[in-house]
Amino acid sequence: MHAAGRSLPVGGRRRTPDPKEKLMALTTAPARSTPPTSSAARTKVGVDRIDRKRQRWGWLFVGPFALVFLGFLIVPLAYAFWMSLQTSTLATGTQFTWFANYGKAFTDPIFLEGLARVGRFAIVMIPAQMLVALAAAMVLDNLTTVLSKFSRLMIFVPYAVPGVIGALMWGFLYSPRFGPGSDIFSLFGLDAPNFLSQDSIFGSLVNIVTWQWSGYYMIIIYAALRGVDSSVYEAARLDGANSWQIALRVKLPMISSSMVMVLIFSLIGTLQFFTEPQVLRAVAQGAIPVSYTPNMYAYSLAFSYSQFNYASAISFALGIVVFIGSYLFLFLTRKQNGLK
Amino acid sequence: MKSKILASVGLIAASAVVLTGCSSGGGGGGSSAAASCTNEIVNEDAAQVTVWAWYPAFEAVVDNFNNTHDDVQVCWTNAGQGNDEYTKFSTSIESGSGAPDVIQLESEVLSSFAIRDALVDLTEYGANDVKDKFTPGSWEDASSGDAVYAIPVDGGPMGMLYRQDIFDEAGITVPTTWEEFATAAQQLKDAGTGGVLANFPTNGRAFNQALFAQAGSVPFTYDSAKPTEVGIEVNDQGAKDVLEYWDGLIKKDLVTTDDAFTADYNTSLVDGTYAVYLAAAWGPGYLQGLSDADEGAVWRAAPLPQWDAANPVQVNWGGSTFAVTEQAEDKANAAIVAKEIFGTDEAWKIGVEQSALFPSYVPMLESEYFANLEYPFFDGQQINKDVFLEAAAGYEGATFSPFQNYAYDQLTEEIYSMVQDEKDASGALDDLQETLTKYATEQGFTVE
Repeated sequence: MHAAGRSLPVGGRRRTPDPKEKLMALTTAPARSTPPTSSAARTKVGVDRIDRKRQRWGWLFVGPFALVFLGFLIVPLAYAFWMSLQTSTLATGTQFTWFANYGKAFTDPIFLEGLARVGRFAIVMIPAQMLVALAAAMVLDNLTTVLSKFSRLMIFVPYAVPGVIGALMWGFLYSPRFGPGSDIFSLFGLDAPNFLSQDSIFGSLVNIVTWQWSGYYMIIIYAALRGVDSSVYEAARLDGANSWQIALRVKLPMISSSMVMVLIFSLIGTLQFFTEPQVLRAVAQGAIPVSYTPNMYAYSLAFSYSQFNYASAISFALGIVVFIGSYLFLFLTRKQNGLK
Repeated sequence: MKSKILASVGLIAASAVVLTGCSSGGGGGGSSAAASCTNEIVNEDAAQVTVWAWYPAFEAVVDNFNNTHDDVQVCWTNAGQGNDEYTKFSTSIESGSGAPDVIQLESEVLSSFAIRDALVDLTEYGANDVKDKFTPGSWEDASSGDAVYAIPVDGGPMGMLYRQDIFDEAGITVPTTWEEFATAAQQLKDAGTGGVLANFPTNGRAFNQALFAQAGSVPFTYDSAKPTEVGIEVNDQGAKDVLEYWDGLIKKDLVTTDDAFTADYNTSLVDGTYAVYLAAAWGPGYLQGLSDADEGAVWRAAPLPQWDAANPVQVNWGGSTFAVTEQAEDKANAAIVAKEIFGTDEAWKIGVEQSALFPSYVPMLESEYFANLEYPFFDGQQINKDVFLEAAAGYEGATFSPFQNYAYDQLTEEIYSMVQDEKDASGALDDLQETLTKYATEQGFTVE
């Protein structure tokens, strides 16, 4: 058994730290900077000066990041929010209208339809990615051969391909003329479906995203699995559990917090679905209209129809939905994700 | 202690410089020698005018201009073709800086930018002095009411490019009316070559609109003198008749409905899948740039089929112009560039021979040289004399809406749902009318 090599004493570094402990560490941190009472030579003023000096150094280190953070995230966000409070039309110019754009957004059938569409994508795509990732991670966790390292790399490779390139590549694979579809289907005497038609574009997109992201989620889950103390498995085996039971009853519950994290990642990613449909639109303009997802809608409003104000409102409206969705989800899974 | 504070201030200042460095690009205008040009500036002391354009072989045209002008020089950048460039232009309009002085725009988007106060009315800068140098149709496209928003450069009078070898094989005679065109489509299908006569792309945009216009459809009325009023009639009988005609061909599988300008479509154009390419005058240049062409292809050009052979109607697909932007600091010099860069025979010789452009420039159109030009791609056929000169002369111009991009996107969606059998041609155009009217009203227009 390789178990001996992997088992660590309880309390070893691989143990996930208890959140309460983390909190303790944080609250006790300032205490360390207070000098022991015995050193009477140090006055209170002196301590303050040292503190201040330290803080100055702190600001120096934080400065570059803070500047970029402010300049490229906070300021643009604030500006976009400011823009979203104004209404501008082609013929009548710009007016300050408070939250009128938001009222319009949440009653805009195109936006709501887009939301419903990414909702459907979430229902299909997230379980698909998680199942593939989980299955791959579980299998790899049990393998110890060279093949496992190689397979791990291969499953991860799609994630290393930039999203746009991946989507372009699939665009060619789906193409009735250049793609392998017609060759493969003709082996079985069938006509290849048109992967870019209105009826099949949904599945085609699910396939691209699953192909691209499963490997990434697999790595997260795999890392969590490696973090589990294998003596637990030994104990389970001694108690008579078979491999399936170990996988489903022992491993899965022990990595549930990682699974929740993966789910949150893919949920946010799906709600913001943009790259793949936008790229595929170049070869399927009928099946993927400009307002296919809320993000695409915001993009086309801003850059094709020059409605920057309403586009900002749509972006923030989507942000609100993503925030509420993620919060609700984290709240519902608080037992599994350790945030309780 | 002080030095440390200074150091940290210095570091922050340094990162601030890096940050602002990103936003200080663009601008242009004046005689800033720092602007990065794709071409070489001949006369360093002269005022420079920045130009965005995507014409092929444009550098030679720019060099020609710079060599012949002492007081003004062109600094050219290719900022992308069509929508890629428009997106950048649109963003710089919104941010108030970063636009070039002179910009290549297709005539269909001029109103959309003019309504955002982004373009200069060139009548103040002597545009009407050069009016006679351009075809009436192209001038009409570039103006709105009395205002002239751009100087026309090239046009896209439409014709029919076809494969003589495939026609011969299937025993088809060249159709001159759309009725004959439908018969030819049936003939080709019966011949069983596997290809179709033509493609009717749902995302044809200006192509589809041009075919509608041939049957008398006038989708928009708009005059920039009354910028808040727009007339919309995209569902007139002309448009409905044309779309019903194509719907009929589609239903009988006589034509395909592949998206235009994809890799699939490009290959189908040249490998014999489509026997006919309903094209603008820039089409031959486009065809020659495509790969995977049939070895034995024999291309010929013929006039576009007509609805009524006795009263032919000529239409136009595409074509672009040079406009002067409101952000230009030196508008007079910018206007000189817009008027003169394609305003000489030398420039047009480059344009015709190297860029395969079809001029809107009358002296070139009237020249013996242009009429007699033999095209090797067409085995020496004089396609200008045979087809495109007449088409260009007959084109009367069109009016585009100030939200043309939206209108085309919606047209694409409606034609696609027609192809998907969700609605008939008439219903699709009625829905389009409703959508566009609603949009225009939302955008603050009075819809007539």
